[in-house]
Amino acid sequence: MSSKGNILIVDDELIVRDSLGRWFCDEGYEVGTAGSAREALNLVAQQPWDLALLDIKMPGTDGIELQRRLREIKPNLIVIIMTGYASVDTAVTALKNGAYDYVVKPFDPDEITHTVQNALSHRRAEQENVRLREAVAEVARPPELIGQSTAMKRVFEAIVTVGPTEATALITGESGTGKELVARAIHAASPRKYNRLVVIHCGALAETLLESELFGHEKGAFTGAQYRRKGSFETADGGSVFLDEIGDISLKTQTDLLRVLQEREITRVGGNQSIHVDFRCIAATNKSLEKLLEEGLFRPDLYYRLNVFRIELPPLRDRREDVPLLVEHFIRKFSGSMNKRVGSVSREAVDKLQHYGWPGNVRELENAVERAMVVAQEGELGEKDFSLTLASSESADQTLEEAERAHILRVVEACGGNQTQAATVLDIDRVTLHNKLKKYGWKRTPVESP
Amino acid sequence: MSLIQLLPVGDAEPSWLGTLAPALTAEFGVRCEILTAKLDPRFSLHPERQQYLSTEILARMQAYLAPNSYRLLGITPLDLYIPILTFVYGEAQLDGPCAIVSTYRLRQEFFGLPPDEDLLQLRLLKEAVHELGHTLGLTHCQNYECPMAASHTVELIDLKGTKLCAGCRAQSLGKFHQ
Ligand SMILES: [Zn+2]
Ligand SMILES: [Zn+2]
Repeated sequence: MSSKGNILIVDDELIVRDSLGRWFCDEGYEVGTAGSAREALNLVAQQPWDLALLDIKMPGTDGIELQRRLREIKPNLIVIIMTGYASVDTAVTALKNGAYDYVVKPFDPDEITHTVQNALSHRRAEQENVRLREAVAEVARPPELIGQSTAMKRVFEAIVTVGPTEATALITGESGTGKELVARAIHAASPRKYNRLVVIHCGALAETLLESELFGHEKGAFTGAQYRRKGSFETADGGSVFLDEIGDISLKTQTDLLRVLQEREITRVGGNQSIHVDFRCIAATNKSLEKLLEEGLFRPDLYYRLNVFRIELPPLRDRREDVPLLVEHFIRKFSGSMNKRVGSVSREAVDKLQHYGWPGNVRELENAVERAMVVAQEGELGEKDFSLTLASSESADQTLEEAERAHILRVVEACGGNQTQAATVLDIDRVTLHNKLKKYGWKRTPVESP
Repeated sequence: MSLIQLLPVGDAEPSWLGTLAPALTAEFGVRCEILTAKLDPRFSLHPERQQYLSTEILARMQAYLAPNSYRLLGITPLDLYIPILTFVYGEAQLDGPCAIVSTYRLRQEFFGLPPDEDLLQLRLLKEAVHELGHTLGLTHCQNYECPMAASHTVELIDLKGTKLCAGCRAQSLGKFHQ
């Protein structure tokens, strides 16, 4: 019979090495044991291993440090951390360092079997798909996640680290920083990538609607529930669920959510049957969950469930060095769809963009570039092309109406009186623009005909 | 001479051993006898876990090996463990003489269900064949109907049959008659 895989057990306790070693032998694995980090490193240098079980607490070099070294020499080795007690801290450190999972001693035989089998089969599936994976990895980092700043490099590293694990990820950051992009990247970097990523914007839905969205409902559960409907956790079906604006959900929904995360079971609204669900949770918030905790608006137990692996997205003003790269990217993106030959951006414009505050972050920058490109002539984007979007933030003593008037007129002028184009830039419909211009008494300046 | 001996460990019901012996003879084609001796496993009790360390019991069982005995199987009503696992149904010395099985978690009562003596006997036979299979050098079988399949829940035990699959039979064949 061929071996199911090579497992290296590293633990300073002889009895653990012996009993676990023998047990895995019976299970049909090739087993090696090491009593210290040094022995383990020797064994790893001598022969190939598929998976290593590392005890977290060892005299001298401990499991976490050993894992770090193993990752450098054998990045493909699957590491599972064994810990003597349920410690979220150590588990997080282990996962952050790229451990596949962690197990608490003593293990439930059924559970450890599954953990090891899943780890090995994921790896096998990955090996069979190396090419595919490389192709997917390209796609995995969405093009908008751009940056060479230290802050963004940390974000990319975090995605690569937590992506392939099963850990819950919590993404924090202001609006417009790209939290959903990060969620998509995490999903794409996980073994669940061939299944769906279900996205729920929790803040956009009323409590009852959100519940039915998350958990589904039975026919007749409430007025309007004409059909049975599966919720997000059910439709994810082996994929991931992205809960955006998690800070906006009610305490009641938090309780239901906690149950799903703990039990991996849901009950549809109006139903009484527990349904097992298989998903990986990714959550995001632009609010401070810590503050909500203090105010009693967020359940601490749910907070700890969600806050296992945290990725903080920096606001754009904290990574101004990335602005030129982002601008270039958006120019490329829009010149394709607008069929406009704008190849570059002037030094002065970049300078101006880098010094702007960007309260709306990358999304605001994207809109600014899009609008500038609508008004720009072919060739290069200049400082003046951005003046419409950025200038209004400079004068503080205007009334809202004055500011609106000035802004609208500037845009319309910049568009050469073309109201359709100006409406696009202003992101309002043409009729509204027309009415406002009438109110402001705007007269089209005569255009010289050629 | 090939012989399987059954050793009660703790207060094993005589009826379990009585039913098991002919069934094992039928499966392995060798004589199976029940020892009158009994092993008191209190030395292996873990006071906090209130479970018995199967590895230590196996070591102690060596002393009960008769010169003509080929395989020695302990039967116990007690809950067994190895340090790294929450429990084990049994343990065997791979390609060695001794094995032990526990009925503790095979009983319906363990799950709060009414007792079912026939079901318990059937599960015990499957686990006895499984552990004896290990002593014959067999590792876990991918065929989920074979008693050598890994089963860490009773649901999986109930899926298995009592007879080794053709592959496992071929591998272990002749071991008793070497
Ligand atoms: Zn076994
Ligand atoms: Zn078999």
